[in-house]
Amino acid sequence: MKTPKFVYVLAESVAQVLNFLSEHGDDARILAGGQSLMPTLNMRLSQPDLLIDINRLDVLKGISVEDGMVRIGALVRHAEVARSPIVTEHLPLIAEAMPLVAHMAVRNRGTFGGSIALADPAAELPACVLTLGATMVVESTRGRREIAAAEFFKGMFDTNREPDELLIEIRIPCREPNSFPAFMELCRRQGDFAIAGLACQISIDGDAISAAQLVYFASEVRPTFASNASAAIIGKPWSAESKSAALAALADDLDPIPSPQGSAKFKLHLQRVLTGRALDQVIERAMERAGAA
Amino acid sequence: MMDISITINDAEVTASVEPRTTLADFLRDQKRMTSIHLGCEHGVCGACTIMANGAPARSCIIYAVSCDGAVIQTIEGCDDDPIMAELRDAFTAHHGLQCGYCTPAMLMTARDIVTRLPHADSDRVRLELTGNICRCTGYAGIVRAIMAVLEQRRKVG
Repeated sequence: MKTPKFVYVLAESVAQVLNFLSEHGDDARILAGGQSLMPTLNMRLSQPDLLIDINRLDVLKGISVEDGMVRIGALVRHAEVARSPIVTEHLPLIAEAMPLVAHMAVRNRGTFGGSIALADPAAELPACVLTLGATMVVESTRGRREIAAAEFFKGMFDTNREPDELLIEIRIPCREPNSFPAFMELCRRQGDFAIAGLACQISIDGDAISAAQLVYFASEVRPTFASNASAAIIGKPWSAESKSAALAALADDLDPIPSPQGSAKFKLHLQRVLTGRALDQVIERAMERAGAA
Repeated sequence: MMDISITINDAEVTASVEPRTTLADFLRDQKRMTSIHLGCEHGVCGACTIMANGAPARSCIIYAVSCDGAVIQTIEGCDDDPIMAELRDAFTAHHGLQCGYCTPAMLMTARDIVTRLPHADSDRVRLELTGNICRCTGYAGIVRAIMAVLEQRRKVG
């Protein structure tokens, strides 16, 4: 199908975008990479009056690191994130997730900020930024504000960004030396929307797990912290016992959505499988690091 | 209507397009570049893959207006490209196509694989091909063709 008619503006400044958003609110859409927006327009799932193309706004591009914080501009393409030495060094969780984001041709166009602002429940990056405790910087004619990831994702395609706000950048804390990431997802064909997925970061103190951020996505309406499963493993070494405690506790954390890809029970099973694999991998990585040191 | 200026297959092109016109429709309907095939029109099948500024992209989910100043390459501009010549021969030799619908985009993706990942093995080639759907070949012939080109190029060095 073809996109319905709209008015197109090629934005020349952030201020101009903010004025358009202030005037048109929800009747306007931001065109960044367009890799999710254009399919929905082609399928006529939405019909905005105005498309504001932000691709010329260089101020929204670039990745930098300062004071233990990586800043990723909203308009940075997935392919650039994947190639970034800063991301490889300081955000290994995101480096690991990147090859699983859609396909190469999509990663060449799609943007980091676009994925965060869209909040597709099956998307990898919202889960990653929630795991890592990132902050979203948004701006409107009313001013700038920062939204913590834990507050940002409200529901399916629903965030705390107001219709007149533009996502400017994402600030993500650098990895601490004693914390280890793992990113895993399951789908029928790599690059498709995931059926189940887990973005986790585990801190190790001695032989015990001292902190655990387990964020599940794809099976849930939004990326979801598993506080019960985390509590089941914190303060203990990773063992068959703590594994079964975590997997049991996961039933209280998740509320999988049944879909043609699988029942709620099946998706909970998949998330449990991923949990075991991911934690095994994290512990292996931590031991390798300890062995090397 | 909006005026745009694009480089298509090394030629400077100026045109007037409606904002909602996709790059795929612009190339097919206004430029008669019928190598651009539209399968799904929502970025899943990969049949409309072209090169935009040197990297593969899906032309069905890019608007022509947002390509003002871009450099676009389609299969029509690859006649004299040596890598594409090797790939064409290999696709023929290894049964890399049957109906041909996915083929121009498969070749575009294949060219990207050969140039970006010169040391790829067949598992990696399969992974890279997940964005392009073929309903005839079962991919075996396509993977063999791309591997043949990669191996030949590695031999030559």
